[in-house]
Parts: sequence; C-alpha cells; structure tokens
Amino acid sequence: MSQNLKWKALFIVFIVVACFWGLFARPSFPTSWAQVKRNFQHGIKLGLDLQGGTQLVLQVQVNQAVRFVSNRAVDTLTNELQRKNIKVGDIRQVSDTEILVSNVAPDQSSAFASVVRDYLPDWAAAMAAGQGNGYMLTLKAAAVSQIKSQTMTESVETIRRRIDQLGLTEPKIAKTGSQDDQILVELPGEGNPAQAKAVIKAGGQLELRLVLAGPYTSEAEALAQHGGLLPPGSEILPGSPGGSNQPGTATAYWLVSQNPIVTGADLRSATAGPNPEMPGQWQVNFDLSRGAAQRFGPFTQRNIGKQLAIVLDHRVQSAPVIQGHISDSGVITGNFTAEQAKDLAMVLRAGALPASIKYLEESTVGPSLGADSIREGVRASIISLIAVMIFLLIYYRVSGINAVLALILNLVILMAALAYFKAVLTLPGIAGVILTIGMGVDSNVLVFERIREELRAGKANASAVDLGFERAFLTIIDTHVTTVVSAIFLFMFGTGPVRGFAITLIIGLIANIFTSIYVSRAIFDWHLGRMTRQAELSI
Amino acid sequence: MEFFKNPNINWMGKIKYFVTLSVVLLLIGLGAYLHDGGLLYGIDFRGGTLIYVRFANTPPIAKIRSALAQEGLGDSTIQSVYDPSNPASKNDVMIGLKETGSVTTRLDAGRAAIMDALSKTFSGPAGKRDFNAATPSELAAYLTRQDPLHLGPVVGDKYKQLAAALTHYRDSDSGGLVHTLADLKTVPGVTPAVVASLQQGFYPGSYVIRDVRIVGPQVGKQLRRQAILATLYALAGMLIYVAFRFEWVYGAAAVIAVFHDVLITLGFFCLFHFEISLTVIAALLTLVGYSMNDTIVIFDRVRENLRLMRREPFPEIVNRSINQTLSRTILTSGLTFLAVLVLFLLGGRVLHPFAFAMVVGVVVGTYSSFGIAAPIVIAWNKYRGLPSSRGAGSGSGGRPPKARAADRRLATAGRR
Repeated sequence: MSQNLKWKALFIVFIVVACFWGLFARPSFPTSWAQVKRNFQHGIKLGLDLQGGTQLVLQVQVNQAVRFVSNRAVDTLTNELQRKNIKVGDIRQVSDTEILVSNVAPDQSSAFASVVRDYLPDWAAAMAAGQGNGYMLTLKAAAVSQIKSQTMTESVETIRRRIDQLGLTEPKIAKTGSQDDQILVELPGEGNPAQAKAVIKAGGQLELRLVLAGPYTSEAEALAQHGGLLPPGSEILPGSPGGSNQPGTATAYWLVSQNPIVTGADLRSATAGPNPEMPGQWQVNFDLSRGAAQRFGPFTQRNIGKQLAIVLDHRVQSAPVIQGHISDSGVITGNFTAEQAKDLAMVLRAGALPASIKYLEESTVGPSLGADSIREGVRASIISLIAVMIFLLIYYRVSGINAVLALILNLVILMAALAYFKAVLTLPGIAGVILTIGMGVDSNVLVFERIREELRAGKANASAVDLGFERAFLTIIDTHVTTVVSAIFLFMFGTGPVRGFAITLIIGLIANIFTSIYVSRAIFDWHLGRMTRQAELSI
Repeated sequence: MEFFKNPNINWMGKIKYFVTLSVVLLLIGLGAYLHDGGLLYGIDFRGGTLIYVRFANTPPIAKIRSALAQEGLGDSTIQSVYDPSNPASKNDVMIGLKETGSVTTRLDAGRAAIMDALSKTFSGPAGKRDFNAATPSELAAYLTRQDPLHLGPVVGDKYKQLAAALTHYRDSDSGGLVHTLADLKTVPGVTPAVVASLQQGFYPGSYVIRDVRIVGPQVGKQLRRQAILATLYALAGMLIYVAFRFEWVYGAAAVIAVFHDVLITLGFFCLFHFEISLTVIAALLTLVGYSMNDTIVIFDRVRENLRLMRREPFPEIVNRSINQTLSRTILTSGLTFLAVLVLFLLGGRVLHPFAFAMVVGVVVGTYSSFGIAAPIVIAWNKYRGLPSSRGAGSGSGGRPPKARAADRRLATAGRR
C-alpha cells in the first residue's frame, strides 16, 4: 500500500469509528447488547408521526396585546392632559396602533407635544388633516414588534409552565409559523390532546388567597397539624419556599383558603422595581382593575399582618405578609433580588396568557400506527436496498462490492449525523433517505460506466479508473450541489415535514459525495495495487 | 454484465413524438383535473377532521352513521381503508368531517362528537376500563395498586416495565387491539395472576383510535401557500445554479422539464384519486431532485462533448451524449424504480401516496431529461438562428469565458 493510501484508509476508518461511536456508544459506552440498542434508540430521535404523540398548533392573537397597550396609552394621555390642564376635543383610538386627538387648543400645541414625548415615548405624533388642530399618534413600528415578540415569549413560557404540570417526557413548546405568531406544542408518547388543551386553556390561573397556616414540609405534616381534618373552606397547596417558580424544586405546603380574593383576570399590570425603603432589595408593584380594588381594599384592611399566598397554576409562588390597606395598587415585598422580583412580576403578568389563543391544528398519532409506519417503512426500505445491492453485485461483479460498501457507509454516516445533530427522523425524512440512496447508486453507476467506457477505449486499468473518477467528478458535484441548493431553500422556507425531508437530504448528499468519490476511489486504488497489470478489472 | 453496447439511437429525430406524448399526458391530467373539479387535497391542505379507527370486528358502519347523525354529524364520510399488504387493517375505517365551522366554533367539536358516538355505541361493562385505550402510566398505576405479583411496598419500577411491555405487545405485535385479555399471557413477565388482575379492572375494547388529525381552515390555506412557495424557491435556486454552471438556457430547460414532471404526476394523482398531502409534497420534491439529477447528467455530457466534437451539429452532439449516458440512465432509473415499487407494494398505508408519486415520477423524470429538457436547448439554439451546427456558445466555438473558467476550476479540483 502506498503512503497516500494508508492515510486515506486511516481517515476512512476514523470516520467509520466516529459514526459507530455516535450511534451506539452514546450517552454511555455499552457493555451489553441491550445497551447498544438503547443507545441507538436514544440517538435516533423519532418524530411524532413515527413515535406516536400529539401535536397542537395554536395562534396567539398578538394584535390583542398591541390593542391593550393602545388602550392604556389612551388612559395615560387622558389623565396627563387633564392633570396639565391641556384642552383637547376628543381622544379616540382609531385602530390597534393609532390614536386620534382632535382640536388641541392652538396655544397648547407644544405642551401637548411634550406630554406625548414624556409619557408616550413609543408614540409618534403628526398633524392630522380635518381635525382642527388635531394630531394622529402612531405606535412606532419598533415598539409594535417589541410588544408582539414579548407577547410570544410570555405565551410560550406560560404554556410551557402549564404543560409541565402534566409531567410528560420531553414536551416541546416552540414558536413557529411564517408570521412568528404561532406556537407548536409537541407531546410525545401518551399525551392526550384534550387534557393538554385543558391545562393550556386554564387561563387566569393566578390567584391571591389568604394563608391560613404553613408552611409545612409535607402534606402529611399539614394534615397532622389539623388533626387529619382540614378546616372548612381550605385546602393544602404545594409551593416553593423561596421565590423560585420552577416546579420540582424543594417543596413546601401551605394551608390556604379555597376561594381566591383576586384572580389573574383582575390584574392590570405588574412590574419589578427597587424597594425605596430597603436599599438593595427589590419589590413587585401591581395594579388591580377597579372592580377588584373594591373587593381587595376591605379584605386587606381586615387581614393586616396575615400572609397572602400568590398562587399560580395551583402552586404557591410566594406568601408575602399584608403590610397595610391595599386598594387598586400594591406592592409585594420580600427578600427579593432583582432577578427574583422580575421573575415574580413576569409570573404575575404571564399568569393569564398575555393574549388569547386560537387552535389551528391538532394531530394525534396513536402508538400502534407509529409502530406500523416504522415497521412497514423499514421493511420496505431494507427489501429495496437489498434488491439494489444484489443487482449491483451481479451487474458490476467485484466492483459491485465497492458500490455496496459505499452505499452502506453512506447510510451509516447519515444515521450518525442525525444522532450527532439531534435531528428528528420523520416519515418525510425517510423519503429523504430514499432519495439519498437513489443518488448514491447513481454516483457509483456514473463512475463505473465511465470506467467501462475508458476500458473499452483501450485504457489500462489504473488510468481507466483514474479517468473514470475524474470525468464523473464534475457530474456528481453538479447533481449534488443542485439538489443541496434546493434542499437548503426547502429548509429555509418549508414547514415541519418538508424541513425534515430537507435536513436528511442535505446530510445524505454530503455523505454521498464523500463515500462515492473518496471512499470508493480508495477501495479501487487498494484493489488495483493488489492486481497484476495484465489482470482484467472486474467491473 | 452489460445492457447496451454502443447504442446509437437518433433521439433528437423523435422530438415530435416526445412532444406529442407529453402533450397527451398533460391533457389526460388536465382532463382528470377538470373532471374532479380540482386537486383532491388531503386534510393538511383542506382543513377538517379525520379520525382513523381500527375495529376488532367488521365495523357496523350503519350503526356508526346513525350514531353520528344523532350528534348532528350526518354529513361525515365513513370509508374503509383496508390495505391488502397489512391483514391487520381489515376492519380499519376512516371517519372524516369537512371543516364547516367558522373560526369561532371549537376546532375539536367534531372529534368530541365522533368519540362520543363511538363510545356510546361500543360501551363496555360498567366499572371497567378499556384496555385498548389505556396508557402505560394508567396500567402501571393500576398494577401497582393491585400488586398481583405481591411485591409488597418495594415495588420499584417492576410494574412500570410490565405496563410498558403490555402496551408494546398491544401496539407493536397486535396492531393496537388486543382481542381478549387472555392473549396477554404471552407477554414476558406476565403471570396468570397479572392477567386475572387485569381482567378485573379492564375489558378489551372493540375499537381503537389510531390517528386523529384536525386542521383549521385557514391553516390549510397557509400550508398550501407555504408548500408552493418553498417549491418555487427551490426551483429558482436550481435554475440559478444550473444557469451559473452551464448557460441560462440549460437551467431554464431543466426547470421546465422538472415542472412538466410535477404537472404530469399531479395529473396522475387526479386520475387515480389520490389525495395531495404534506407527504406527497415531500415526494414531489424528491422527484424534482431526481429528475433534475437525470437532466444534469445528460447536460454535463453535452458540455463535455461540445469541447471534444467541435465539428458535429448540435443535435448530433446531444444524441451522442444521451446514448453515452444511456446505460447509466437505464440502470439508475431501473434501480430507483425497483426501490420505490417495493415501497409502493409493501410500504404501508402512510407511505402509499408517497410511493405512488415516486413510481410515476421516476418514469416521467427519466423521460423528461431527454424528451423535454434536451429538445428545449436544441430548439433555443435553432431559434437563435445558429445553423444548428454549433450548439451552446457561438460560432467561434466557445462558451462564455466565465463558464469555462468555472469548468477549469472544478476540473482541477477533481484531479487531485
């Protein structure tokens, strides 16, 4: 073997080992066959269509959130103009992002402008025709997209928190859609769509309740403290002792009133801010709607010194002490860091979804159908692969072995790459694998036919192989690059299944260039090196 | 072994037959299209509700229909989906609902109604649960409570594993439906006590929901738009690459040929009443890639021969190129055809439309490379007034310098 060939062989062996490692030796090196199998199943993640599970696509009505911001801007504007005694005709919201103010007193134009500048920095004012000295305020585009993206982030977070309650393995919640206003919820395995929808819908799950006793370290302890019988109108809720809102952290139990005093629907806003009295500490400021304030005022008056449980999705998030009478706005103080206060504010805001949602799509694949698809798809693929290989062996004889090896290696690399990239194998993905096999066969056939032509033209073995590869090289590159280019476009612009197809195709084609040119060539060179010059090349 | 030794067929002399064949195929497709009043969209693109149910016995269609009518779903379609390659699917039924509700009605109202109708029609003994609808965690919880193996308080994962084995047997080995619970004794780890315990709490339901798909009306439109856009972008990408590597007319010819293949395949879908689903889109994309591959192989050879055979008329060069690549074309297409045929016959219900598109596509895609793409380039050269002696490029015997430079770059890269 020449030196060059040795390096090539070493490189190929390295790739093969890396592939087998990726497929069978992760996450831990196997010591038994069962573990090899487990590692393989761990590496090749199956899509919901093969594995069974539920997928929901829902759309967040982001414009609602924008409209809500505009509503508040109208309120702010009305209040501030009144306070500064600036006379205007009419303040009217004409669309989600536009507010029309008519007949601003001419001598107060600049005062009006400064109110807009100071209190509504996200709004741009322009003279409006036909409204006296009227102005059209428009919400800036940057602000609109900021509101929308924040709405989406909060919705995803809220939905994730609610789905987490179901305790399913590996649920996936992600933004999707060309307008970026949709959320994809994937629940593998036994997820039940009706149940999932019920938890997602459970809007306004934020509740403020009175703490009757607690915290206890366990439910049993809480029960034992009350003689095994809960006082009427109370219940035990789990929660975290700190300010953290992650489920699964150390748990504490509170005895709280069954009826909430205030729910998420009553909340107008919640923001984090530094505590003015205790430097270094943070607090959460919240505003209540008018109706809720009328209830909350007398309630807090009666319960000063007691604890108020902030309950989110049936977990106690924190239990601050009521310091005084609270009517329409209040603060939650505690030993919060800035981070914790912001988290809590977000939890309060996100308690209710920031905008309503609409279901667009739902699909549930039963586990038996997924099993059928895998079995039938794999059986058909294997049968056709074997048929193709047998044919190649008959048609190209010894060189056929070369083609078969290249094909097998191509598949191994493809699978290993899927495992390394944590890509998901779906049914359309299998279609991509089949096209890859087709093109793999084609590359080999192109090269072999070219070698045959050169042999017919009377070339010696070595130079026929040389010319065969060289001439077929351009063709193979052209066909592969064309397909990869189109697959990249499909990946960029396509939706779920189309993308699954594109990703396997891209990986498969790159692997194919390697196997059908580099590996196949190395095998030929090795074979030629062992042949006498006069021997006939079996092709 | 070899199929062809130096074939010498005058392909480009048969252009008028090719054109006739393509026109006839396109017209057949168009006729089927007009006859059906458009493409038969699958649920992905149409919107609606589709529930795939497997029954243990012959499904009582009339009974289901009347139960559905009671729920106000008289217009639902009930269809047998027996797939001869899978005997377990003998009693499989697809219940479909058109998306009639406006945006405000609940998306899953139809599903809930169908489920209600089914569970009313096939209710089991009171107090027992349907084993065929039970999830692994339900089974595990039940077994842990009953403890038929008398493991005592140190149960561990034993029942969880047992529940997983039971559902695996049900879903993978018996197609989702267990006919009698006594069958479960073949599952490793299951003792008669376990079976007896299961029989106390469960009954083998006579149907199982295998697949539910609900698509809102506006989603169908959006998915359709996105699929078309993605395909058009992909085609544009190919056009640009081929135009850059060859000449723009080659790119255009290849894309037109691929377009032709897609249209004819869609025509066949109309003709045989196959639905267009997202999987079919993947198949169409596969065939686009495949057909493009075929066309480029021939164009590559044409480009090479243009340099070698400077005096030959262009159609002759094309002929020679097709003949030289013929055995490769037959071989690759034959093998791919073989592969997708197996898929079509054995691949199961879900892959069926995909495989159908590929079976048609492989044949049409191979044909279009020499029957459509090559003649377009010839026709273009003729139209440009070249005395059909020199092909791509001009009489001075060259292709644009840029393309030649690109060739050289790749050729040197290939030599190594």
